Order: sequence, then structure tokens, then C-alpha cells
Amino acid sequence: MSQIEQILKERILVLDGAMGTMLQQYQFSEEDFRGSRFKDWPQPLKGNNDLLSITQPKAIAEVHTKYYEAGADIVQTNTFSGTTIAMADYGMEELVYEMNYESAKIAKAVADQFTLKNPEKPRFVAGSIGPTNKTASLSPDVNDPGFRAIRFEDLRKAYKEQVEALLDGGSDLLLVETIFDTLNAKAALFAIEEVKEERNIEIPIMVSGTITDASGRTLSGQTPEAFLISVAHLPLLSVGFNCALGAKQLMPHLEAIASKTSFFISAYPNAGLPNAFGGYDDTPKQMAEQIREYLEKGLVNIVGGCCGTTPEHIKAFADLVHSYKPRSLFVNRN
Amino acid sequence: MSDFNEQPITNNQQRFLRLSGLEPLVITPESNFINVGERTNVAGSRRFLRLIKEGEFEEALEIARHQVEGGAQIIDINMDDGLIDGKTAMVRFLNLVVAEPDIARVPIMIDSSKWEIIEAGLQVVQGKCVVNSISLKEGEEEFMRQASLIRRYGAAVVVMAFDEVGQADTLERRIEIAARSYQILVDTVKFPPEDIIFDLNIFPVATGMEEHKRNALDFIEGTRWVRENLPHCSVSGGVSNVSFSFRGNTAVREAMHSVFLYHAIKAGMNMGIVNPALLEVYDDIPKDLLEHVEDVILDRREDATERLLEFAETVQGKVKETKVDLSWRRLPLQERITRALVKGIDQFIVDDVEEARQSVARPLEVIEGHLMAGMNVVGDLFGSGKMFLPQVVKSARVMKKAVAYLEPFIEEEKKNNAEGSVGQAAGKILMATVKGDVHDIGKNIVSVVLGCNNYEIVDMGVMVPPEKIIQKAIEERVDIIGLSGLITPSLDEMVFLAKEMERQHFQLPLLIGGATTSKAHTAVKIDPEYSNTVVHVNDASRAVTVVGDLLQKDTAAPYKAGIKSDYESFREKFLARTKQKEYLGLNEARANKLKIDFQQQDIKTPNTLGVEVWEQFDLRQLENYIDWTPFFRSWDLHGKYPDILKDKTVGEQASELFEDARKMLQEILDNKLLTGKAIFGIFPANQVNEDDIVVLGPGDTTYTFRTLRQQSKKREGVPNIALADFIAPERSGIQDYMGCFCVSAGFGTKELAEEFEKDNDDYSAIMIKALADRLAEAFAEYLHREVRTKYWGYAAEESLDNQALIDEKYRGIRPAPGYPACPDHLEKLTIWEILGVAEKIGVELTESLAMWPAASVSGYYFGHPRAKYFGLGKIKEDQVQDFAERKGMALEEARKWLAPNLVDG
Repeated sequence: MSQIEQILKERILVLDGAMGTMLQQYQFSEEDFRGSRFKDWPQPLKGNNDLLSITQPKAIAEVHTKYYEAGADIVQTNTFSGTTIAMADYGMEELVYEMNYESAKIAKAVADQFTLKNPEKPRFVAGSIGPTNKTASLSPDVNDPGFRAIRFEDLRKAYKEQVEALLDGGSDLLLVETIFDTLNAKAALFAIEEVKEERNIEIPIMVSGTITDASGRTLSGQTPEAFLISVAHLPLLSVGFNCALGAKQLMPHLEAIASKTSFFISAYPNAGLPNAFGGYDDTPKQMAEQIREYLEKGLVNIVGGCCGTTPEHIKAFADLVHSYKPRSLFVNRN
Repeated sequence: MSDFNEQPITNNQQRFLRLSGLEPLVITPESNFINVGERTNVAGSRRFLRLIKEGEFEEALEIARHQVEGGAQIIDINMDDGLIDGKTAMVRFLNLVVAEPDIARVPIMIDSSKWEIIEAGLQVVQGKCVVNSISLKEGEEEFMRQASLIRRYGAAVVVMAFDEVGQADTLERRIEIAARSYQILVDTVKFPPEDIIFDLNIFPVATGMEEHKRNALDFIEGTRWVRENLPHCSVSGGVSNVSFSFRGNTAVREAMHSVFLYHAIKAGMNMGIVNPALLEVYDDIPKDLLEHVEDVILDRREDATERLLEFAETVQGKVKETKVDLSWRRLPLQERITRALVKGIDQFIVDDVEEARQSVARPLEVIEGHLMAGMNVVGDLFGSGKMFLPQVVKSARVMKKAVAYLEPFIEEEKKNNAEGSVGQAAGKILMATVKGDVHDIGKNIVSVVLGCNNYEIVDMGVMVPPEKIIQKAIEERVDIIGLSGLITPSLDEMVFLAKEMERQHFQLPLLIGGATTSKAHTAVKIDPEYSNTVVHVNDASRAVTVVGDLLQKDTAAPYKAGIKSDYESFREKFLARTKQKEYLGLNEARANKLKIDFQQQDIKTPNTLGVEVWEQFDLRQLENYIDWTPFFRSWDLHGKYPDILKDKTVGEQASELFEDARKMLQEILDNKLLTGKAIFGIFPANQVNEDDIVVLGPGDTTYTFRTLRQQSKKREGVPNIALADFIAPERSGIQDYMGCFCVSAGFGTKELAEEFEKDNDDYSAIMIKALADRLAEAFAEYLHREVRTKYWGYAAEESLDNQALIDEKYRGIRPAPGYPACPDHLEKLTIWEILGVAEKIGVELTESLAMWPAASVSGYYFGHPRAKYFGLGKIKEDQVQDFAERKGMALEEARKWLAPNLVDG
């Protein structure tokens, strides 16, 4: 049993908050994104946050540090778009290994400092594996519903490269996240299994889907339980949801799966629904109150934040979880 | 056997077979028998085979739909036929199936004897499927390899009772193979036992052959053994096989299926491939038939087969077919059309549309009336979460089919009506994801849905810069621009584009969509920037209605006016709700000022203090300082100079214009048609009272500049700036300096323009003004450099080319009253006083404090390395009061001048 699994039986762990929201505060310019190395890169690079692990590593380390300081047990690497598929937009396919490797290394170095300071609270690095920007089970062309912009094989290969680099860089676990098309996630899981087999290692895997709108389904149309069933074929560390919804709106979906799985449950919602200006309004206090409901209902084992959350939010969660028991994987059948 | 027998179920996940399509299917001991639909199997349905062979996949899809509507809980799909490319057909059909939410809601059974077809199928389905099937036929190694991969793909598996020796045809062989397969899967492959489904081979009975007599009974007994001895697994089978020898006699076959299932289910068979249309209710089977059939199935009599054959002669006939519920077809026309759109049923839409067409005067009315009414329902259902995306996409397809049917009629009407009183149904719509954003799924959906509705789509893709959008919109003469964005910064891009459209006098409606967009953002931030229509469209189906209304000639104007006023009142309400909260009080803002640690070495004592006047400046020196890009923009030509001259679309026009401009410029410069005048001065200055700057002007008179401070709440670490922050405070004891200036290239412009106008040469009249503006800007740039390098001299070493100047890469700033850092124009009065602008160079201030001649620029000079341009943003009433007091001005007057910057209310 992995160390984190052992700890999860004893207490609720805290995941970090948004990376993008924090990076926005640096107001990096096109030039900052480029650094000297990509000065002459033909495509615009502003907005390629994953690239910052190479061109602005200090900022990335700083964000991780802030989250660990706030009390996060796990931070996610800055690799949400770190696949050849997502990087094609910037023509940066060749840099995918390096981005992932460096991102994991940066996070791991910060994690190790914190663990060294307080070995009682070991810190973990979750290699973040995003959904890419293509859907394997939806056609982008309504005139041709049978058309697919990406195939399982392409996704599998792309994910495999990302997974290898994340592990080489020192990730303690892998987090397949913000899943809006379950088939994409299955390709990622397939790739992870291949790497596990080839390297003969075990690595804890977290899986986190996204319920996109009021229909209560994933973008590819699955209900929360159907989603759970579709990814539950591997020995996961946790399954849960993140993004798109606020803590309040996410609760029914967590309830829909919490009673139906023996995996740990994770939740890292947005700081509320986006407001009219694309910002997120839930204050740390408001959000923590909502998270408290999760804890009181015994719904979760890992909590954190997605879009719009900050170290203050994470601190509020970290202060809260001590007083609650983790969701139990075992139920009394009497 | 295996330790699963002993393992107690202690955790939440009980060992049930769990499958999924879009919805879950959990098979518990309490579940009823699970029906697997068999009609989408080329071996099970002649019609399906024919359709696949002929490539009629759409129609084949209907078979799948009927099965699900008819109650199939899983659908079996099989493409194994010698004349079909099985892998291609499987992938194509599955891709179509998963695009049909009312089929894809159930799990799929991927059925093939070829591994490569199975694997190809597994790669295109997101849900947890069932593989049908694997077996020990090719040996243990291949069996284990396939099982491991199936596990990795996340599917359950049907295991055939088949091994290296052959197919199990007795009870003993069934038990032997099942037990061995189970052990390998569970113990070696670590396959979850609940994901194993045994197919114990259903073979025909009543064939007349002695060895077939026990076929049904052995299956049933085998099932019982498996369910009792191999924990958690399921048992399935193809039921129709059992009645194979009674092909043609539906009544008998139905009875046989029912009887067989009745007993097999009791023994533990929990799922099976069954044609629900070929199934009689056990209790409804006539007693005599039942008895004969049970004799055969359960092998109760030696002569069972003969007796049934004989009896079968008497029960020929009665064809029974389970019908899909079509009662909705009796509803009124509009309800039928709406239902077809909502449910995505295209089967009857052409008939319904034809009926609708005959009921109206013009075919177009069917689109605008009947079909739009239906799409509105779709939009509402989607908006309220009762439909989800794939369903909406399907609705769009039905819509497309309807429109396609109507098209020839519309064309026909157009032909007969050469006067053109028939409205142009289609319009051209530009779609783009804005700069910096790469998300295009939503945009693509809207594009295709609109495309289905007969609109021509100009899709510019993702990360499209605003100038490209503008250019394309002009080139393509589009009717509407649609912008999409998913990330927050995209919102600003949209606002920017709206501003650009306004500046260039666009008349096109602007559609806003994408995940972070909202009606509030659209109403508050975008709509006020653009005097034409801006509409927030939150989903694809709504887009169709909105676009239709916007382009409907007769009613577009009132519709647009309605939107405008709706957004206006929405905005007012919104602002009334949200004002205040984001602003700091003036004192708080001052406490958060930009705190520069002023050091003597950062402050250069100017080489020349006091006022300088240039009365006859030779404008020829400015030629290289001209920033031409805004010149082209003022002529509605967009692109950066000099690239614009080579631009594919506007290049020729730009070059011509540039040629004319150069010619006129040369004439102006050579003949000194315009006169350049400048006045400027650098003075000792210090900051006082936080926001004021005291300047020691000519004759040792002191003047005070009042600067305004940002009051919007900043995030931590970001200061609330005022221009005064760039000047060392008096109490620091450091003597600081600042300057002010006014340049003009406008003397003579008015006269020249009037002359041109007299000759009706508007082109030259505009040209001269545009050139004078450019010269004034160039003059300001030139003078700033002179001041930096010589008069003040803090940047004596500076060497920047024109582009670097345009990009403001130098130290120090020259903000102008009326511009973002100091939007109040009032301070111009102080500049005029200190320098004596009006008296010395003749540039006047109008009543509204505009400069005359217009081609003039005035402003301040700040030289500190940390001085930078910024926007004041909105300020609060407390600062207005403070400002009025500082200026010794009536509050009302101050409020009038600062109104544009005042937080509303």
C-alpha cells in the first residue's frame, strides 16, 4: 500500500488550488512567456502556461510554495496542457517531454523542502494530466456525426509521453483531470497502465471528471455514475470531480458517486460559478462553509480548489479538515 | 478454486456487473433479466446486413434505435461478414451510435470473432462495454493477452464455452471450460469476476437428432452450476438458436424462447441476446402449446420432438410485432414538428414539413414559424439542463433535413418572384475564437448548427487577432460576426473588438458566446462599446433563432431596438447592484500609493530650466518620426505599417493612399504649407499633500498640478497610482523636476482644407487633416526625445529607432490631460498658464478645453525611471469632493468635468 493511501485512511488530504488564477497575477507579457529561449518562436506564446515551467520556473515554484504554505498536502504540476495534442496550437510538440519533466521537478523540489521541514506532514506532487483540446467521442462536425478529430491511439501515445516525463520528473502520483470526454481519460489510463507495466512500478492514480452544465452530465453526455463505471476498471487511488461548477453545485454529483465506489473521493470545485466577467466570487470563507457540508456528510477524502481558488481558499480548507474524519470506504452492512 | 468465495463484501463497491453507456447499467441479483438487442448484428438481421453492405449506415442506425426503444438494455453490434470490411464498419457504426444519445445511453456489446475488430471497437466507445467474446480456443496465452487488454480498455467480457478441443456441447464440458476460464481470468489475469459473463452455448433442440435432445437442458443445468460455483459472474446466451429448427413458425418459436428463458433464468441465466419482438409472455402461451414446448426444452419425453412438430402445424400464423410507440404521430402538426426536433427523430420530418408548407403562403414561413418554434423548445430545454449537448446536435440535424427539403421550394419561389420580395433566407456569418484562446468546441457546434440552418459560415478558427476578424468581415461582406471564448482574458478581447467595430463604423450585429461569457458581461462591458447590436447567445439552438431574427428584414429593426433597450436596462440594474464594492475610499487609496524610494541619483537636474519656445519649427525634421499605422486606420485600412503596403487585400489600396500621402506631405514640407510650433519647459517640482505637484514656474511663481488617484480595489501588492507618485515628495528633501509642453502642426490646416473643399476635393481635405494629426504626434515624439536627451538630459545616451519610440521603449512618460492617466482636461489650463501657450504660440483652448488647431498635442513630462503609463479608471465621489476643494472649485463644476470617470451613482 502506498504511503498516501495509508495517510488517506487516517485523514482528509488537501489538494492545491488554481494555477492559472495565480499565474494571471504575474501579468506575464508575450515576452515573459517567451523568455530568451523562445524569443523568435513563430507562434504567439502568451497564454501557454505550461511553457512557464521552462521560461518562468521561479513563478511556478512560488505558486507551489504558496499552496504548500497554505497547508496543501498535494500540489498539481503545471502541466494541464502538456501533451503533443494541446501543444500543437503553439507548435511546441517537441517540448512536451521537457515541459512535463521540468514541471514535475520544480514541484518535487518544493515538496521536498516542505517535507524536510515537517516530516509529519509529507507533501506530494500529482502529475496533472489534462483533457487535451480534442474530444475522442464527439464529432466537431455536425454534418458528419461519425467524424472524429482525434483517435484513441493518438491520445494514448500523447498521454504516454506526458506520463513518462511526469514520472521521470518525480511525480508521486498522477491526476487525470478535468475529464469532459471519458474516452480521452480512458486513453490516458491505458497509457498509464502501459508505463506501469513497462517500468514494473505502482503509481497511485487520481481521476477527476467534470460535470459541465445544468444537465448534470459530462460534456460527452455521461451521468456521474456512468462516468464512474467507465473509469473504475483500474485500481485508482481516488475518483471525483473538479472544475465547471462551484462547491455547492458539485455536491449532488459527489453524492451520486460517493456511495457507489470503494475508491477515495476527491473534489476540487471552482470558487463558485463564474460571474458575469469570468471571475470567481466565492470567498475562502464561503467556499469553506460549503466544503464543511461535504465533510459533515462524509463525502470526501481529498479536497482542493479549481478555477478562481487561491492559497487563502486552500488555507481555509486545510484549517477545516482537521476536525473531520475522512469518508470511510467501509460501510456497516447491518 | 479461488478465494473470492470467501472474500466478504465489506466495502462500498459490491461485486456487481456494472456497465455504462451514457447512463449506468448495474446488474444486481435483484435485477430482471437483461435483454441484449441482437438486431444490429449482421448475422442476426438480414436487413441490417443489407444496409451495412450498401453503406446505408444512417438507416442501420434506426435499427439500433428501435431496439433501445423496444427495451434492449445492451445492444450487440456485430459486423462479421465475408463481404464487409468488419473493422471499418464497426468503427464507423459505433461512431454514429455514440452520437445518438437515445441509443448510446445503453452499454454496447462489441461482438466479433476477430480480435482486431474488437479492439478497434473498444477504442471508440467511452462507456464500459462488453466484449463478445473470447475463449480458450486459441490457447491460454492468447486468452490471457486478450483478457488483459480488455481489462485495460475497461470492458466486461463474454467468455465462450470453447477450448483448444472445441465447443462445449455437454454439461460436463461446459462446467470444465467455464471453471478453467474463470480460474485463469480471476487468479492469473486478475480479471474482476463480476466482469465475466459466460456464454454456455445455446444449441437447437428438436432437430431430430438424438444428441441434440439435451441441448437446452444441459445449458440450463450448466448455468445453475456456474452461478453456484463461480461467484459473481453472469451467464448469457443467444436465445433464438434454441428454436432454430422451427424457423418460419413464429408462434412456436416465440413459445420456445419464452419457455427456455423461463427455466434458464430460474437456473441463473441473467442476460441474453433476445429479439423482444420474438418473445411471448410465458403466462400467455396456450396450455397445450406450453406443454409440448416444455417437453422438448426439458427433454421430458422420448417423442417430444415428434409431438411438437405435429402440433406446430396447427399453430401457424398469427404474426405479432412489438411496435414502437408512434401515438405521437396523431398530435397536431406543430407538436409533431416540435417533438421531432426535441427527440431528434428525422423519420417523419419531411412529411410534417410538407404538411406545414401547404398550410402557409411561403415556404420560408415554415422555417421561421414551425421549425423555429421547435428549436426554441430545444433551446429552453437545453438551457434548463433537461437536454444535453449531443441531443441538441441531433436536433440540429433534423432541422437540417427539414431545411434541405424546403430549399428547392424557396428557390422556386425566388425564381417566380424576380422582384425579390422573397427574403434572403441565408446570411453569412463569421465565427472566430478570439485572440489568445484556443477553445473551439462550442464555436464549432454553433457553426454547424447555423450551417444546418442554411447560413453560410466563415469560420476563422482559433486565436484570431481582432484586426484579422475585422478585415475578414469586410472582405467577405458578412452579415453577422460571432465571437467565442472560453478563458477569462477572452472577455477583454471581445470588448476590444467591439470598440474596434465601433471605431470603424461597423453596422453588423455582434454575437457573443462561450463558457465564460454572460449576458451581464455582454450588457455591461461589450454593449456600451458598440452602437449596433450585441447579443449574448449561450447555446447553439438559441443562436439559430437569434440569427434568424437579426437577419429578418421586416422585423430586424424593432428586434434590435428591443435587444438594445433590454441590455441597457439589464446593465443599469446590474450596475445598481454591483457598484461600490470594488472601490477604495480616497484615504485607503492614498495609503496604497506607489511608494518610490526616491534616490538622488535617479533624479537628473535638467540641463535647461525654464520655458523654451519654437515658433518656426521646420516640420521636415519629423518625416522619420511619423507613426503611419494610425494614419491607415483613420482611412479604415487595417494593418501595421509597412506590412500593410504588401497586404493581400488592402495592400494595393494602402499603397495608393500612401503614395498620395507622401506626395502631399512632400508638398506641405517643401512649401511650408503648415507651420510647426512648440512650447515646453522643465521646472523644479515636488509632490505635496499626496496627490498634488507644486511647480516653481517662471518668475518664481508657484503652480499646482492636481492629479487623480486610482480608486479601484487592486489585488495585493499592486498600488493605487496617481501621477504625483512619480515626483519626490517635498518632505524627502530631494529637489525633483517635471515638465510640460504643447506642440502643434496644425497652423494652416484649416485654410488648406477649406480650399480643397471648395474644389469638392474631400479626399485631399481629409488627407491634409490626417497628415497634420500625424505630424503633431510625430512632433510630440520628436520633442520628447529632444527633452530626454538634451534639455533635461537624463537620457543623453539614448539611441532608439522610430519603431522603438512608437513602442515607448524610453525612460520617462509624457501623459496628456484627457488621456487615461489624467483624464480630466482641467489641468490643461494650468499648463497653458505656466507656459503661456496661447500667448506665445497661439494654440487656444476651446470652451470644452479642446485644443485649437486640432492637430496639437500637450502634456506633462515625468522623468523618473519608475514613471509609467497607467489608466486612472473610475474614481469615487470622495475624490471629486477632495479635488474640488483642492482646486477651490464648486463641487458641481468638478463633478461635471470628472463625470466620465465617476463611479456611477
